[in-house]
Amino acid sequence: MSAAASSSRGERGLLAACVFAVAAPLLVLSVLVVGVVVQAAPHLDLEFLLSGPSRFADRAGIYPAALGSLALIALTAALAVPVGVGAAIYLQEYAGRGRWARLVETNIATLAGVPSVLYGLVGLEVFVRAVGLGRSLASGALTLAMLALPIVIIAAREALRAVPHELREAGLALGATRWQMVWQVVLPVAAPGILTGIILATSRALGEAAPLLVLGAVVFVSDPPTGWSSPFTALPLQVFQWASRPQEAFAQAAAAGIVVLMVTLLMLNAAAIVLRDRARRRGA
Amino acid sequence: MSVVTPSNEGARLLSIAGLNAYFGPTQVLHGVTLDIAARRVTAVIGPSGCGKSTFIRCMNRMHELVPGARCEGAVRLDGADIYAPEVDPVALRRRVGMVFQKPNPFPTMSVRENVLAGLRLTGRRLSEPEDAVVERTLRRAALWDEVKDRLAAPGLSLSVGQQQRLCIARALAVEPDVLLMDEPCASLDPIATAHIEDLLSTLKATYTIVMVTHSMQQAARVSDETAFFLNGELIEATHTDALFTAPRDRRTEDYITGKFG
Repeated sequence: MSAAASSSRGERGLLAACVFAVAAPLLVLSVLVVGVVVQAAPHLDLEFLLSGPSRFADRAGIYPAALGSLALIALTAALAVPVGVGAAIYLQEYAGRGRWARLVETNIATLAGVPSVLYGLVGLEVFVRAVGLGRSLASGALTLAMLALPIVIIAAREALRAVPHELREAGLALGATRWQMVWQVVLPVAAPGILTGIILATSRALGEAAPLLVLGAVVFVSDPPTGWSSPFTALPLQVFQWASRPQEAFAQAAAAGIVVLMVTLLMLNAAAIVLRDRARRRGA
Repeated sequence: MSVVTPSNEGARLLSIAGLNAYFGPTQVLHGVTLDIAARRVTAVIGPSGCGKSTFIRCMNRMHELVPGARCEGAVRLDGADIYAPEVDPVALRRRVGMVFQKPNPFPTMSVRENVLAGLRLTGRRLSEPEDAVVERTLRRAALWDEVKDRLAAPGLSLSVGQQQRLCIARALAVEPDVLLMDEPCASLDPIATAHIEDLLSTLKATYTIVMVTHSMQQAARVSDETAFFLNGELIEATHTDALFTAPRDRRTEDYITGKFG
């Protein structure tokens, strides 16, 4: 066998492996999505979207959970985004490269990898019990904000780091203070990247069930949350609860819930992508 | 803030004495002493790594922004030490503008916004309409005719040469006394370079210009005074004609005749 033939065989083998590596997850994903949608189809109608949970599977709806999730995500983002972006700005633009900065950085990277159940435990101990917020929307949002925070910080730092150093110099050389420079030169350039990080973090928080379960979020809630102190449930929790019921009809409700969750995530991402592209177009 | 009036033309606007500069433990400038004439173009020449850029970055206190960098010695602008403890480097940089090697217009801003960037960044109140500032400054940077119809276009949509003139306009809009230029033509083609060189000859009527350049021909074409640096030392500084025709130092002669560099 000639060397050329064997190398071209190797080439083809590698290509096949790569194609398989792409196709396999796509196949699994589409089987899952199609399966869920088929199962959800009989249950998925306007009534499902607009009614509350019920003992009777065919009457069970997603309305309080969907609104609960939206409120939860809005609050989580409102808490995690300013703090996270602020921390990233401090670390990237002000803190320098000292030992303290490196220590904080390592800790943040570790926090981003901590299992979400642990955040639930911290949230239970701190927000529900110590602070006394109870099993409320506020506790849930604070817990999810903790979970999202390291992701926001890391992504925002990456985006800030990608801003060319020359732009900072140009800003400072014009007589801007560091803050004026960061706010008006660096942040607009980094905005699309920061936005992407925020999408990732909020999407992650939207799909989390474990920390909320640990927190003791009530699963059977018949009304959407009315304020930060009201009990709440969320889409993943509702799905979890239905999926644990033996009846086939509840399995259908769970599938329908999954579809709603998926569509919500997709809409969130699409909105963010539109925003990001608008920011980028302004940038380019 | 005192303004240089025509009466003291030929006066020394910047006066540097015994300037040492360091990056961490490495000393890159050794006891540089030089007076820079008002309303002249002073070229700073020398081989790569001789400390030219560091030298001009000491004059608007940009050098100290690099972690671990510091300098010592005296730099006087109009007689006042710019390293005196009461001097705010931010305020100083509004008097001593800078143009960089690579054109760096702000990518999120339009042509117009780039011109106004220095004023907006620093939150300064304008005594005249923004449009007037934009037109006057772009005219001064010899860019107005080329961009007057696309002021709203992104700064990055201009050609590289136009971008560099936009950066000059951005620096001029803040109304500095001194304009530092760090190899402003290094990334430009010959035509764009010629634009900038023409521009320098008009700008020096108003501004004191210190320009680092890699090109001895450029120094000879546009500058009134030339300072030759080697290994962090100022070897020779005098009128450009004198330096190129009758260098007093052997090393200057070797450099300008191309024996090294």
